[in-house]
Amino acid sequence: MKKFTRTLTCVLALCTITTLAVANEDAELIINEELNISTKSAAPAGSALDELVSGWRFRIKETQALQMDDFDNPSFIFIEQGEELFAKVDGSEGKACASCHEDVASFKGLRTALPRHNASSGKLDTMETLVNNCRTERMGAEPWKWSKGKMTAMTSLISLQSRGMPMNVKVDGNVAGAYKMGEELYYTRVGQLEMSCANCHEDNYGNMIRADHLSQGQINGFPTYRLKNAKMNSIHGRFKGCMKNIRATPYKEGSEEFRALELYVASRGNGLSVESPSVRN
Amino acid sequence: MAKARVKAPKTAAAGELVTIKTLVNHKMESGRRKDGDGNFIPRKIINAFSATFGGESVVSATFEPAISTNPYFQFSFTVPSTGDLVMKWTDDDGSTVEKTKTITVA
Repeated sequence: MKKFTRTLTCVLALCTITTLAVANEDAELIINEELNISTKSAAPAGSALDELVSGWRFRIKETQALQMDDFDNPSFIFIEQGEELFAKVDGSEGKACASCHEDVASFKGLRTALPRHNASSGKLDTMETLVNNCRTERMGAEPWKWSKGKMTAMTSLISLQSRGMPMNVKVDGNVAGAYKMGEELYYTRVGQLEMSCANCHEDNYGNMIRADHLSQGQINGFPTYRLKNAKMNSIHGRFKGCMKNIRATPYKEGSEEFRALELYVASRGNGLSVESPSVRN
Repeated sequence: MAKARVKAPKTAAAGELVTIKTLVNHKMESGRRKDGDGNFIPRKIINAFSATFGGESVVSATFEPAISTNPYFQFSFTVPSTGDLVMKWTDDDGSTVEKTKTITVA
């Protein structure tokens, strides 16, 4: 066991050295040569992190460059699909999104405040539930699946309207319970590997985990285009992926647990700019 | 039909070599795939692309079924003077998409 620990320490030490070579610490994220995105921010009071750092800073410069220009950013294929869906009439009421929300730009700022409390259901509202509520209640249409193409195209389009604005979710008042639950989920070790979110994203961000560079696990760039699967990825889809990696049984997308965790993780990034749609590996 | 995106410089020096990047949102159905019942899905691709600058041809290309979804096409040319770069994509069903970018020579 001792020998194993020693080997492990050596491996970790080696990893740290490569980290320094990979991380592009000085780069600044300026989109289309005009929109300045703050990818670092002072940690809010009581934060477990010294400084908030966007996931963009943990990527190699080729991946970073993809996000610096909207032409190169593959997300915009999906944004275009989202624009078509926004104008498309669907359901028994003969309405499209655009029938009520004339211009998608009216959603400016929405991304920064989600998830938030819903007074009628008493649960947390995420962007996905807001879209589906509109679809089922106002349009008379089938709800979309949480992480499927149509939903992520729509959430990407809506999130894009808030790009550059600082994340600012509320954590007190009637969401205090959910926040507490999210915090507990974040620090609870689960799965065969017995790891919590904090083990990677708080204790080891900046280090390599095999071939991957651990970030702080910020969600200010979601929905995000991943080079790994060449599509837009939802926040809950990503949570699921993380849980599978630590060999735990994931919660369901849209479950109370994941909504609470989304609230907690979003609050950890309060102050970082919204980057949606971001590009990650 | 499809939507096209073009990245072109707004200004250039006379005789400067500029690079134009284009990307079309298109399914590019090759005609070789089968649907659930085993029937071929009819071919529907963008079969031609052309660009003219000030009425003069810059580049023209025919696209074949092996070209990917959302085809990306990049070309470069020297800008003689201020003018309009007109790009045109032609679909198998006969519809076309046109996009114009003005490049100003200072």
